[in-house]
Amino acid sequence: MFRFIVKRLLEAIPTLWALVTLSFFLMRFSPGSPFTSERGIPPAVLANLQAKYHMNEPLMNQYFHYLWDLLHGNLGYSFRFSDYTINQLIAQSFPISAEIGFWSFLVAISLGVLCGVFAALRQNSLLDYGVMTFANIGMVLPNFVIAPLCILFFSIKHHWLPAGGWNGGAWQYLIMPVIAMSTSYIAQIARITRGSMIETMHSNFIRTARAKGLPKARIIIRHALRPAMLPVVSYLGPAFVGIVTGSVVVDQFFGTGGIGQNFVNGALNRDYSLVMGVTILIGTLTILFNAIVDILYVFIDPKIRL
Amino acid sequence: MKKTKTLIASAILAASFGAMQVYAANVPAGVQLAKDQVLVKGGEGEPQTIDPQKVSGTPGSLRDRDLFEGLYSEGKDGVLVPGVAESYTVNKDHTVYTFKLRHDAKWSDGSPVTAEDFVFGFQRLVDPKTASTYSYYAALAGIKNAQNIIDGKDKVSSLGVKALDAHTFQVTLDHSVPYFVKMTVNASLFPAPKKVVEKWGDAWTKPEHIVSNGAYKLKSWVVNQKMVFVRNHDYWNDKKTVINKVIVLPIIDPSVEYNRYMAGDLDMTSNQGIPTNRYHELLKTVPNQVKVTPALAVYYYDFNNQKPPFNDVRVRKALSYAIDRNIITKYVTGTGEIPAYSFTPPDVAGFKAKEPQYEKWTQAERNKKAQELLKAAGFDKSHPLNFTLLYNTNENHKKIAIAISAMWKKTLGVNVTLDNQEWKTFLNTRQLGNYQVARDGWFGDYNEASTFLSLLDSNSSQNNAKYKNPAFDKLMDETAKVNNPAPYYQKAEDLAIDQDMAVAPIYQYVTKRLLKPYVGGYMPNLEDNIYTRDMYIIKH
Amino acid sequence: MMTSKEKVAAVEKFAGQVVEVEGRSLWQDARRRFFTNKAAVVSLIILAIIAALSIFGPLLSPWNYADIDWSALSDISTLGRPSIANGHYFGTDPLGRDIFVRTMQGGQISLMVGILGSFVAVVIGTLYGATSGYLGGKVDSVMMRFLEILNSFPFMFFVIILMTVFGRNILLIFVAIGAVSWLDMARIVRGQTLSLKNKEYIEAAYACGVSTPKIISRHIVPNVLGVVIVYATLLVPNMILLESFISFLGLGVQEPMTSWGALISEGAPNMDVAVWQLAWPLGFLVVTLFCFNFLGDGLRDALDPKDR
Repeated sequence: MFRFIVKRLLEAIPTLWALVTLSFFLMRFSPGSPFTSERGIPPAVLANLQAKYHMNEPLMNQYFHYLWDLLHGNLGYSFRFSDYTINQLIAQSFPISAEIGFWSFLVAISLGVLCGVFAALRQNSLLDYGVMTFANIGMVLPNFVIAPLCILFFSIKHHWLPAGGWNGGAWQYLIMPVIAMSTSYIAQIARITRGSMIETMHSNFIRTARAKGLPKARIIIRHALRPAMLPVVSYLGPAFVGIVTGSVVVDQFFGTGGIGQNFVNGALNRDYSLVMGVTILIGTLTILFNAIVDILYVFIDPKIRL
Repeated sequence: MKKTKTLIASAILAASFGAMQVYAANVPAGVQLAKDQVLVKGGEGEPQTIDPQKVSGTPGSLRDRDLFEGLYSEGKDGVLVPGVAESYTVNKDHTVYTFKLRHDAKWSDGSPVTAEDFVFGFQRLVDPKTASTYSYYAALAGIKNAQNIIDGKDKVSSLGVKALDAHTFQVTLDHSVPYFVKMTVNASLFPAPKKVVEKWGDAWTKPEHIVSNGAYKLKSWVVNQKMVFVRNHDYWNDKKTVINKVIVLPIIDPSVEYNRYMAGDLDMTSNQGIPTNRYHELLKTVPNQVKVTPALAVYYYDFNNQKPPFNDVRVRKALSYAIDRNIITKYVTGTGEIPAYSFTPPDVAGFKAKEPQYEKWTQAERNKKAQELLKAAGFDKSHPLNFTLLYNTNENHKKIAIAISAMWKKTLGVNVTLDNQEWKTFLNTRQLGNYQVARDGWFGDYNEASTFLSLLDSNSSQNNAKYKNPAFDKLMDETAKVNNPAPYYQKAEDLAIDQDMAVAPIYQYVTKRLLKPYVGGYMPNLEDNIYTRDMYIIKH
Repeated sequence: MMTSKEKVAAVEKFAGQVVEVEGRSLWQDARRRFFTNKAAVVSLIILAIIAALSIFGPLLSPWNYADIDWSALSDISTLGRPSIANGHYFGTDPLGRDIFVRTMQGGQISLMVGILGSFVAVVIGTLYGATSGYLGGKVDSVMMRFLEILNSFPFMFFVIILMTVFGRNILLIFVAIGAVSWLDMARIVRGQTLSLKNKEYIEAAYACGVSTPKIISRHIVPNVLGVVIVYATLLVPNMILLESFISFLGLGVQEPMTSWGALISEGAPNMDVAVWQLAWPLGFLVVTLFCFNFLGDGLRDALDPKDR
C-alpha cells in the first residue's frame, strides 16, 4: 500500500506537468485574448496591458515564467478579476463549492445506492418501475431546469427558502443547490447500482449462497453488495471531483460564489490564469480520487493487484 | 497667485455654476422611513475591478458611484450635480477648466480630499504602468498630453492637470471640449488616495485596504456572490445620507435577478433586470414596480463596408430598410425599446438628430424601396443575395437575428445563414472584419453625441463596420474645434446613415428595472447614473 | 466460497465461448432472447416511431421549422398555445416558431448525437478500459494518467479551437462529444477488468496461449457488457444536453435548426408562462431515455453469457 501511494505521488508530477503544458498552449492558441473587449482597445493601451501581464514576451518565456511561479505555489493574477490573485479566488470559492459538493455527494450516494439496491431486489416490480421512473426523469431534467423549478416552488410561491445567496453556508441556503446538484447523480448512481446488483444477484456464488439457505438480508449485505459496488465506485471517482468542483448552473442560479462558474466563465473570458488554476485543482483532485478509487478496489475485491 | 489672476480673468467670460442644488436623499415630508436602511441591488455581474481608474464597464462604475465621488455627479434627468467640486469656471474657448473643491470632502480614513488626489487620479489613468483600458478616456476628454503619455512618449507629470492649491484643481485641454464637466461624472476621472495606492499596489482595492471618498465604504467582497458597502461617516454629506448598508449582488442573467426579486431577496434589479418573457405579466401585476426609461445606447448591425456586396450602398440600404423595427421592438425585444433610425439616440444632450428620410416612410414604402434597391444592385430571385449574419451567443441577439433574417427572406428573398460565436471569438472575428453582417451595440461613455458618432470615424478602433469616408472624418475633426458642434453632428449623421447607411440602427436600449415600491429617491437618467446616497427605504 | 462459484462461472463462461467459436448460434440465441423481452421490444418500436416522426413528422405540419408565425408573435403565452386550429399542435416558441416541427427536427440531431456519442463511448471506452485493466502495470499507469489529463483538461478551449480551425460543421459536434464521452466509460470498464482478470477462466485462457487481443475481445469485453450497457444509456441524455452547450460555443447546430437540448434550455426560463416550450422536448427526451433503458436492459439480458 505504501509503495502504491508513493508510486502514485511520483506519477502525479509528470501528469500534472503534461496537463499544465497542454492546457497552457491550447488556451493561448484559441482566438481572442483576455484583453479583447467590446471597446476595441487602442494599440498603445493594449501594449501597456500586455507588458503588465508579461504577454509581450515570447510564448516560451511566458510558459517557463508560469511554471516557475507555479513551483512557488503562485498561480498569478486573474485577468478578469484584476483585483484578485488566482490563489485568493480559489481560496474564496472552492470551500463554498466543496461544501455544496460534500452534501450533494452524501445525498447522492446514500439515496442512489438505496434506490438502486431496492429496485434490483424487486426487479420488474412496481417499486422497481417507480424508482427507475424517478431515475430516468432525474437524469433527463438538467440542473438548469431543476434550479428554477426549485426557486419557483420554494422561494417565489411559498417563501420557504431564500432564492439564492450563501450566508456562510446556513442550511436554508444549502437545500436548493444540493437538490439541483445531486438529482442527476442520484439517478445515475441508482441506475448503475441497480444494473450491477441484478447482475451480481444472478451470479453463481449468490445462487450457491441461496441454495445453502442463508437468510436473504445476510446474502445481500455480506455477499452481494460488495462486488456490486465495483462499477459504482469506478463511477464515483470522477463524479466526486465533478461534484465538489461545483457547477456553473448552480453557482449562477443561486449566486453562491462557488468555483463552478470560474471554469466556464474563465474560459469564456480567456482568463488564462484562472482557467489554469481551476484546471490544476481539478487535475489534482482527479489524480487523488482515482488513487482512492484504486485503493477501494482492493477492499472490494482483495484479489485485485494494483 | 499669478495663476489665480488668469483664472479670475477667464472667469469673467466663463459660465459659472454655483452649488445651487446639492443632491442627497431628499425625503419628502410625511414619508416614514424604515428602521432597517438596507438596500440590496443588482450589480450587472462581477466587476473587472473597482479601482476607479481601471474600471472599464458598467459593473465597476455602478459600484464606484457609491464608493467614490468625482468632481461632479448626475441627478434626475442627467442634471449635473456638484460632487467634490463646489463649482467650476472655464475659459472662453473651453480649454481650461478650474474646479473649486469643497473643504469638507474627506476620505474614509478621515484625511481631506485635495486637488492633489485628483492630480494623482488623472495621472494614474494615463500612466502606462497602470495599464488602464480606459486610459483613452483622458485623451477623449482632450486632456493635454494624455495621448502622448499613454503612448509612452511623454512623462506622466506632463499631463495637463494641476493643483493650484489644496482645493483648486485645474485641467488644461488641448482642444475645446465644451462638455468636459459632463465627462467628470465617469469613474475614471475620480480621485485616488495616493498613500493607499502606493502602499498596497494592485491590492489596494481589497476591503481590508481600500480608502474611498464616497458615501459608502467597502466592507466585504466575495467574488460572484456579493459585495457589502457600509456608510462612510467621513463623507461630507453623510448627515443627508439615509441608507446605511448596500448589498450588491453580481447577477447577470435577468431571469435570475427576477427570481431573486420576486422572492424578496432583491430591492432593485440592475438596468437590464426584466426578462422579456415576464414583462407583460409584470405590467399587469406590479405596474408601479416596473421602471422603464430610455438609455444612452443603440443596438445596430454592422455591414462590412469593405467587402462586396456590402461595399454597395444599395445593398446596405435595402437590408436596413427591410428591417421592420416596430416588430422587433414590440414583439421580439418587447420591453419598451425604441425603434432607432438614426445612429445617435435622440435623447442625447445638446443634439437631437433629425429624422432620416426613411424614418418618415411607412414600412411598406421602405420594403418597396428596399426591393428596388436590391434589384438595382443586381440581386433577384434567380441570383439571390446570400450572406452570413454573425452574432454572439445570447438569447436576445439570437431572437433578433432570427426575426430580422426572416424579414429579409420574406421581403427581399435574401438567404441568410446565422452564425453564433461565443463572446471573445465573436469580438475577434468582428474586429478583424471576417464577417459580412454582424451584431453590434454601443453604450455611450458620456452624454454627448460624439461618443456615438466617433465610432464611425475611420481611425476609430471601434469602427467595426470598417466604414471609411474622408468627408465624415473631416466633419468629426471639425466638431472638436467649435463651440457648438450640433450642426456638424447633424451633417455627420446625414452622411453616415441617410446617405451611406454604414450601419443599420435597430433600436435604442432602455433601462428596464424592477424596483420595490418602498425604495424612494430613485432618479433614472440616460446613463443610469444612480447613486444609493440619493435613495431611502420607506417603512413597509 | 468465492472461488467455488467463480469456478462454476468460469466453466460456464468457457463453455459459452466454445459455442460461440463453433457458430453463430450465440447471436441467434441472443436475438431470440431479446425478442421475448416485451419491454425491450415495445421500447424498440417506440424508438422507431420517434425516429420516424423526427424524419417525417415535419410533413404533417403546415409549418416549417424556421417559419415565424408573425400573427402569434404579439402574445406568445396566449396566441402561441398548443392548438389544432392554427396548426401549432405543440404551441410555439418565444419567436412564434412551431414547437412540433422544431421538436421533430431537433429529434433528428439529438437522436443522432445521443446514439453516435454513446456508440463512440462504448467502443473506445470499453476497448481502452479493458486493455488498460488487463495489461496492468506500467501500461495501465500510462493509460490511466492520460485519461486523468483528458478528464481535467479545459474542454471548452478544445471546442473553441476546433471551431476556429475547421469552421462550423455539424460533424465536429461528434468529434467534440466523442472526445469526452468515453473517459468515464473507460474507467468503469477498467475497474471491472481488474476484478475479472483474476478469474480462473481468464487465467486458463492465458495458460492455453490465447493472444491478448483475443482474451480482451472474447473474454473480458463480453463480461463487462452489462455495466457498459447500463452506463451507455446514462450517457445518452448527457450527450444530448452536452450538444446544446457545444452549440452555445458556436460549434455545431446553428439556428434556425435546433436540437432537444437547445429547445429545453430555451424552454426552461418559460416553464411557468409557456410550459409547452419546455414540456414537449423534455417529454420526448424522457420517453426516448426510457426506451433506451429498457432496450439496454433487454440487450444486456440477451447478451449476458452468465444468464442462460
